[in-house]
Amino acid sequence: MATSRDDFVIAIRSAFLKKGNQQRFSLIALIFFSIALIALSRFNFPAINYLKISLNEIIYRASFVVSIPEQQIQNASIALNKHFKLYKDLEITKKKIKQLEYEKYNSNYLNSENKRLRKLIDEYIIKSDELVAKVLLDKNSPFLKSIIVNKGSKDDVKLGMAVLDDQYLIGKIVEVNYSTSRALLVSDLNSKIPISVEPGNLLSILSGTGKDFGKIQYTQQDFNFQESDIVYTSGSGGIFKSGIPIGKIKIDNNKNIKVKFFSNLSQITFVKLVAFEKEEIK
Amino acid sequence: MSIQVKKSLFKKLLTFVPLILLFVSVMNEFDFNYLNYKYFSFNFPFILIYYWSLKRSESLGYGYIFVAGLFNDVTIGFPLGVSGLTYLLICGFAAYLRNITLRPNLINDWMFFLFTILFVTSINYFLLISIFSIEMNYYELMGNIFFTFIFYYIFAYLFDIYLRLVFKGNKNV
Repeated sequence: MATSRDDFVIAIRSAFLKKGNQQRFSLIALIFFSIALIALSRFNFPAINYLKISLNEIIYRASFVVSIPEQQIQNASIALNKHFKLYKDLEITKKKIKQLEYEKYNSNYLNSENKRLRKLIDEYIIKSDELVAKVLLDKNSPFLKSIIVNKGSKDDVKLGMAVLDDQYLIGKIVEVNYSTSRALLVSDLNSKIPISVEPGNLLSILSGTGKDFGKIQYTQQDFNFQESDIVYTSGSGGIFKSGIPIGKIKIDNNKNIKVKFFSNLSQITFVKLVAFEKEEIK
Repeated sequence: MSIQVKKSLFKKLLTFVPLILLFVSVMNEFDFNYLNYKYFSFNFPFILIYYWSLKRSESLGYGYIFVAGLFNDVTIGFPLGVSGLTYLLICGFAAYLRNITLRPNLINDWMFFLFTILFVTSINYFLLISIFSIEMNYYELMGNIFFTFIFYYIFAYLFDIYLRLVFKGNKNV
């Protein structure tokens, strides 16, 4: 018994303390160094933040280059899929265009009426500054859903800016480096966005699930959700302006309420970074 | 340049393939996630580090593995040091197995790999959830462990062939 315990201790000691062939560091020294790094990261030690920012700048660019072959395979597979569904998509698109033309005229009228009425009650409108950014990396890992874009603090990107794909909200900026930034997608488990569900003006929180849909949290039990109700940002908390479309309600066979995002979060190449400010109406 | 020199340069380059693969995989997250199969993903660096630490530890230095961990943290947005610690623990487990093994056997290595990834992923999960308050999907994590475990057998087979061809069976076990 004592011998087998001795063998175990010797094997462990040899594995962790001994430097192997051509190894410059012992394993235990590097493990302690990692633990120290984790502890310093936890307490936001300034030197670690500088190290992280410098690494971000280098690695995001290198990672973009390294990802090119995989990106090409992914693009080829998407293109092939699209090609097979072309005819069906065309028919659906034709129907949608007709519907949208009608809605566009309606919405133009409502917009001008809305502006006129806001002016009458002396309210403010929202001014927005837009930046177009290219997606360098699309980290759709099982752990975090985020994208890296090629605009940073030198382009006036700020923490909390909304990230839009066309007109739809897909995330917000959570990390800003000098020439790159990271956006946390609405599908990430850690994403929480104040929303309103229309029609009905239900105020709630949209939480990511790590998949291609979100779920609605903290709602009134008796609210009657309908399939295809639209989910917009509510503007609560002052992070985003109200009325940015995010997705629509989908009720599955088990009566679970899901939010299907308007944007396909796995196929984003360019995004708009938008900051909103209040501006008085003249 | 003579053919002899070219050949020896090419041979030298082949010995660096595991290290190149490690850095490419941490920066690229080589896991076929874009296929969008539910719960399907696997952790290629775990397989690579475990296999090469077990069979030929000088191919991947501990220092390089630690740096690869830092790169991985930056790429996927984890706090610095988390992946480095995970990777180094895998090296430790592999080195322990190497020390106690007299007759290497793929099935034993494979089973010990399962124990290793369960342990290191638990540490990883604990650090992210408890210390950094990052939410993670438990089922996706389980899927990731399962497929990493399954894929080890396939990659170990391929790496064995590579090891025989490039290093002429010069393992450190």
